Amino acid sequence: MEDLKIELKGKIIEVLNLEDITVEDIQDNDPLFGDGLGLDSIDALELIVLMDKDYGIKLSDPKEGRSIFQSIETMATYIAANRTK
Amino acid sequence: MKVYINGLGSVSCQEGTRNFKSSDLTRVSQGINQAQQPSYKELIPAGMLRRMAKGVKMGIYASHSALEEANIAVPDAVITGTGLGCLIDSEKFLSTMLENNESYLTPTSFIQSTHNTVGGQIALKLQCMGYNFTYVNQNTSFESALLDGLLQVQAGELNNALIGGVDEIGDITMRFLQLTKKINTVDEIFPKGVNYGEGATFIVLDNKQTTQSYAELVDTAICNRVESVEDFIQSFLSSQYIVPEQIDVLVLGSNQTANDGAFYAQAQAICSSSALETFKEFSGEYHTASAFGLLNACEMLKYQQLFSTGESKPIEYILVYNQFDGKDHSLTLLKKCGD
Amino acid sequence: MQERIVITGMGIISAIGNTVEENYNALLSGQSGIGDLTLFDSIHQESIKVGQVKKSTEELIAELGLSSDNNYTRTALLGAHAAKEAIANAGIQDINDRKTGLISSTSVGGMDYTEKFFYDFETSQASRKYIDTQGAGDSTEKIADCLGLHGLVTTISTACSSAANAIILGARLLKAGKLDRVIVGGTDALSKFTVNGFNTLMILTDGYNTPFDQNRKGLNLGEAAAYLVLEHEAIAIADGRTILGVVSGYANANDAYHQTASSENGEGAFLAMQKALEMAKMSPNNVDYVNAHGTATPNNDLSEGRAMQRIFTDHMPAFSSTKPFTGHTLAAAGAIEAVYSLLAMQYGVVFPNKNFVTPMEELAIRPQTSLLHKEINSVLSNSFGFGGNCSTVIFSKF
Repeated sequence: MEDLKIELKGKIIEVLNLEDITVEDIQDNDPLFGDGLGLDSIDALELIVLMDKDYGIKLSDPKEGRSIFQSIETMATYIAANRTK
Repeated sequence: MKVYINGLGSVSCQEGTRNFKSSDLTRVSQGINQAQQPSYKELIPAGMLRRMAKGVKMGIYASHSALEEANIAVPDAVITGTGLGCLIDSEKFLSTMLENNESYLTPTSFIQSTHNTVGGQIALKLQCMGYNFTYVNQNTSFESALLDGLLQVQAGELNNALIGGVDEIGDITMRFLQLTKKINTVDEIFPKGVNYGEGATFIVLDNKQTTQSYAELVDTAICNRVESVEDFIQSFLSSQYIVPEQIDVLVLGSNQTANDGAFYAQAQAICSSSALETFKEFSGEYHTASAFGLLNACEMLKYQQLFSTGESKPIEYILVYNQFDGKDHSLTLLKKCGD
Repeated sequence: MQERIVITGMGIISAIGNTVEENYNALLSGQSGIGDLTLFDSIHQESIKVGQVKKSTEELIAELGLSSDNNYTRTALLGAHAAKEAIANAGIQDINDRKTGLISSTSVGGMDYTEKFFYDFETSQASRKYIDTQGAGDSTEKIADCLGLHGLVTTISTACSSAANAIILGARLLKAGKLDRVIVGGTDALSKFTVNGFNTLMILTDGYNTPFDQNRKGLNLGEAAAYLVLEHEAIAIADGRTILGVVSGYANANDAYHQTASSENGEGAFLAMQKALEMAKMSPNNVDYVNAHGTATPNNDLSEGRAMQRIFTDHMPAFSSTKPFTGHTLAAAGAIEAVYSLLAMQYGVVFPNKNFVTPMEELAIRPQTSLLHKEINSVLSNSFGFGGNCSTVIFSKF
């Protein structure tokens, strides 16, 4: 689980081009959207593709993403339970 | 109502955003020439910057310079021109789509590929809720934007307008244009091959003349195909009650290659008493390169100095003429600001 | 009183018909043009439906009488087809007998052919004639050539509000005396690029689009082209034209909220409608029909609905989105819907907002769901696009 969280942080930084942020800067329970990392709805769509491409999880409704993408913690929990690759 | 150009800004193959003297500039000598990128970090928050296409960054930088110079925080309108939009992202989305068989595509490059993304993101950054148009008509994209802004300020519908032209180099498209021998390669200079460039040029139009003003924008005209350059120029000038002899400087968008055709020579013959200036040897050719020529014309009028030689001389009127490969002709008439 | 800008001709090709007449008949009979995507192969073929024009590219080429070495993209072909109908409808014999301009619009331009030949350009000499057609201005150049038009020709691309903006620029050029007559509109062919682009934004429905419905799931893409002939009133009368309507008001504003989404309260849309009404010197009460943008995405319909409620308060006129008929035809949409607005006025009929079942929780207003016959003296037409681009055009009876 810890490895997955670190992996996720790295991927998010890479995919969303978060240039000035390092893996250490992101806490597991930090909100990813709004006041936390400051991600927005376009980033949410990017994360949906990341889930599909790297973990084989398909989300068909962007609304589903809202609860899953709350934090690294929620994202990792969901991936661990639902991944197909 | 008279319309003035009160601010200029550019990102181009040259260093700096304005005050161009040809002796300080570098000639573009290769087939493909990238624009010199300024540092964007001071101007654009990291959160926005991370997703921005090169064209958007260049556009925001050049428009910021122009607005700052014109002393305007939020313009009444943002009107841009671009030949191919944010080409790098368009190519990225297209090639990823084809390579991955339509799978795992992400929205960012698609959004950036929308032609009005530069104008839209400038408005977003400035929180400008005014008029926002983008013209995409090949080599008259910028002049279309200029005409639109000019008419609205003239009619009193707007007090000012931010006008710009932006184009970026995309490797795949450049490669295609080299295949058709339209752009020179490292190894070969083609008869109709040009040296390509990229950049963003923004100007601010305003209904008030200030000490900053560069020039009065008298009129601009575009035409898809021109049978006689003489008729095109004569009718444009006569609508402003001007004769060719009054044009002190003629700025031509010549590439000095075969695709110039006889058009520029004909313009020169009509304005035979005008000093002649060219600019594409410094900007490179691209769909909105003519805006770079207009920027030079503005500076020549303000400083009463020729761009090519630095020679001081009285300059009252400048005519900028551009076309590409016999198509999409444009004329822009500038006048020295009154004292 | 300032001289009016009048409409003297129109032409259209869309999923519901190849002519104005065919489009009108489909609108009356409720015949939608949404169906399977067959124009090109796509992995999304099973999961989405689109509004395809019922003419093949080959048929369009043959009808326009183009030689076999032509390099017209489908976008250009659709545009030329509709523009020619508009010219004929206006009764124009010689396009250059008056100072005439062409303002076209497109979102993807020639991308439909670039994507087709992307891998061929390197190896096949024959495909290279399409390298130059990628630019958005290419289709406009082709349409102008097809019409034999020499003059002020330009192209607008502001995503899905493009053609509305072409109408606005055309009217402005006439008012400024730059032109006597102008052909305005837009064209967009379906492309894999667009299908996949909208798919990444997750705003494509897997069924039929249901504008202003609580359970709307997104849009169907469509392809289409439409053009109007705009003229100075005096010139139109002098030339003995039949006048189809007046462009009485228009405005463009920017939402300045998000790169693709509209703001919650529809500020940009509100401003566009408000300014257009101001220019038309009309009270909202005088609008008889609103042809809404109504794409059936969750975001657009809420934002537009709220903006309409703010403008019309308790007096919402009949409104509908005609996108269940045609799909969202992107850059062409503003021109398609201008033609429908003019038909609505001409025949006194509000076209239904098909597929509507459940009212939206957030809105008090309901679209017109059946064909409604009534006198219509003015129509307000909305078109919104990415980049916060919001445009409104108001048409009135002459």
